[in-house]
Amino acid sequence: MTTETASGPIEGYIQVDPQVTVDDGVAVIECQSVYYRQLNEAVRKAFADGLKTVRLLNVNGQRYLGTGIKGKDLTIEVHGTPGQDMAMLMDGPTLEVFGNAQDGVGNTMNAGTVIVHGSAGDVLGYGMRGGKVFIKGDVGYRVGIHMKAYEDLRPIMVCGGKARDFFGEYMAGGLLVLLGMDSQLDGPLVGGYVGTGMHGGEIYLRGVVESWQVGKECGIFTATVEEMEALRPVLAEFCTATGFDLDTVMSEPFTKLVPISHRPYGKMYTYL
Amino acid sequence: MPTSLIQPEFKVEIDYDKCHKCGRCVQQCGWGVYSFNERPFPDDSKCRACHRCVTYCPAHCITIKKNELALRENANWSSEQRKNVWRQAESGGVMLTGMGNDKPYTSYFDHLVLDACQVTNPSIDPLREPMELRTYLGRKPDSVEVESDGHGGVRLKEGAGIAKNIKLDAPIIFAPMSYGSVSLNVHKSLAMAAERLGILMNTGEGGLHADLYPYQDNVIVQVASGRFGVNPEYLNRGAAIEIKVGQGAKPGIGGHLPGEKINREVSTTRMIPQGSDAISPAPHHDIYSIEDLRQLIYSLKEASGYKPVGVKIAAVHNVGAIASGIVRAGADYVYLDGFKGGTGAAPAIIRDHVGIPLEIAIAVVDQRLRDEGIRNQASIIAAGSIRSSADMAKAIALGADVVAIGSAALMALGCHLCQGCHTGCCSWGLTTQKPELTRRVDPEWGAERLTNLVHAWSHELQEILGALGVNAVESLRGSRERLRAVGLDAQTCEILGVKPAGM
Repeated sequence: MTTETASGPIEGYIQVDPQVTVDDGVAVIECQSVYYRQLNEAVRKAFADGLKTVRLLNVNGQRYLGTGIKGKDLTIEVHGTPGQDMAMLMDGPTLEVFGNAQDGVGNTMNAGTVIVHGSAGDVLGYGMRGGKVFIKGDVGYRVGIHMKAYEDLRPIMVCGGKARDFFGEYMAGGLLVLLGMDSQLDGPLVGGYVGTGMHGGEIYLRGVVESWQVGKECGIFTATVEEMEALRPVLAEFCTATGFDLDTVMSEPFTKLVPISHRPYGKMYTYL
Repeated sequence: MPTSLIQPEFKVEIDYDKCHKCGRCVQQCGWGVYSFNERPFPDDSKCRACHRCVTYCPAHCITIKKNELALRENANWSSEQRKNVWRQAESGGVMLTGMGNDKPYTSYFDHLVLDACQVTNPSIDPLREPMELRTYLGRKPDSVEVESDGHGGVRLKEGAGIAKNIKLDAPIIFAPMSYGSVSLNVHKSLAMAAERLGILMNTGEGGLHADLYPYQDNVIVQVASGRFGVNPEYLNRGAAIEIKVGQGAKPGIGGHLPGEKINREVSTTRMIPQGSDAISPAPHHDIYSIEDLRQLIYSLKEASGYKPVGVKIAAVHNVGAIASGIVRAGADYVYLDGFKGGTGAAPAIIRDHVGIPLEIAIAVVDQRLRDEGIRNQASIIAAGSIRSSADMAKAIALGADVVAIGSAALMALGCHLCQGCHTGCCSWGLTTQKPELTRRVDPEWGAERLTNLVHAWSHELQEILGALGVNAVESLRGSRERLRAVGLDAQTCEILGVKPAGM
């Protein structure tokens, strides 16, 4: 079994203490063979020590990077491939991945910015309440599921490539954008069940979707000029972060999906 | 054509000779039964028999009776079955209801009896001798290492690595009921009582209102599929974190808190817009396997400084294997919710027909974890219609560490089990957000009644332990030898791990 102590040995894992060097105010951590728990402790300690930037080198599947970290002015650079649930419950920092990310990026995230210079996996931004997630490449299944907005918190996710099924399922708020540019995936822009159970927020898709791909709770519209102008700053920020050309992105018509009702199941019941 | 074939379930009778014509019944009824024109006139069809008007009538002139309209006897088609067909033929809707399963399933608790000491070993008088109810919730180590303390004694070896446990002064906690499904005053009553009793209340999935922050050390914060109100601060406030996978009243079903119940305060606490439905998806979309569950458990631990993380599931067919997976995924406790557990709203068909009895679930989970040698790795919380201290004692003897009470706690606050929680019109001010109704519960009054209830059950449990000749609830835990079955078949006895009476 695994023990609950930070210092004790963890059976089945090679335990390597993370090597932290401070270079010009940046904590540089060599992550090769470091277990996630020690790594995340080292990250939290660096921030607790007053450093504002942590650079993680040779990341190889370590989970929960940036998870639960609070602070607007903090930055985490991830070089390599982070593990699952990156930036989960994150509240403020900027987290940039120079590589691909896996599942659960921005899970229940509250605030901050995640930029992935590559593709990412499934369940991105699940229950996300605020902040921004920018994925340059393709994304997997259940992306943007149950994103929700609250007062001034409005989550934004932009994916540069294509997406699989259940994009924006149960969406309750926020903005979800899919561009379908430079994709490595065959097949359509997005899979089926887009926006199924949607009851808030907006989805913009660069291109068209067939009605069979979209949940019955959504209305399908072509984005108007005004809506595209409203979207422009978000796309501009995405393009600046990921290197796409804004004019090229804006050159195609977008499809807009919005919920028909904020109460999709309001009439489903009879009361005993 | 008639608008409805369904006749009122109850008859409201007012003895107008006694009636003061004060109109208090009109004011008290949340269901809108009464109109007033020189005297109150009841509309029987709206009555739910919650007895709010009866309780507050100064003249004691109101009687609620069953509307005993004769229908042709039919043992197969009960009047309820017939009414439901008519109701659904009228509306085409899924039947929604509140509270727990009301069907006459066997209560195994009522077929189990406890042992007592006679002659050969002495019973203990808990009034004069110490009787320990303290319980620790959480993972226990496989072994402990001790070292000399230098004074002839021993102490726990430094860094021996015991996971955080939560100290409970009694093996009883309040079951999760979300703010939104119940009122803030109910949450305050529960939190204040939990603090006074040295036990825990549970937020349910609706977030933690700021007014409860002073009680946060006695609060379990829940993370459900809707992730309402979940942020790092919320996780860090709780004494423990609970991942809600399922609920006994509606296994496999998500939640729909209707937009009408999402007022400003509920909206703030859940961090969702006012007036929109709060929809909890049926599954957590980041848990599709035991491995995913482990991932979520450890992400919550990472985000909270390694607080205990429990997992709540509904008791279903393969509950033993599921619980084993949960413990192996790293949960500090497993919360088993039996099929009689209550709810703020559930489809009646699911509530009444899905899931298995709690008693069976406790027995098979405890046995499975023992067989696998991992029983120490997690506590078991048992809930789903714990109706008395006897149920509590029997649940513990079957293998639970702690029981949780939800329906009983609401009853302490005035609930009469009228099953109208889903309507948002609770006359007792419990399962509603209407300010004119919620103010009916004074948290101080509520906390006192809850404290009384738990104290009374604790005293009764001490009496039971004394009769059993043990002086700590630890000694009863999983001690099925102290139970006997009355009127259960051999196979059920075997599953429960209990001998029939006489053996």
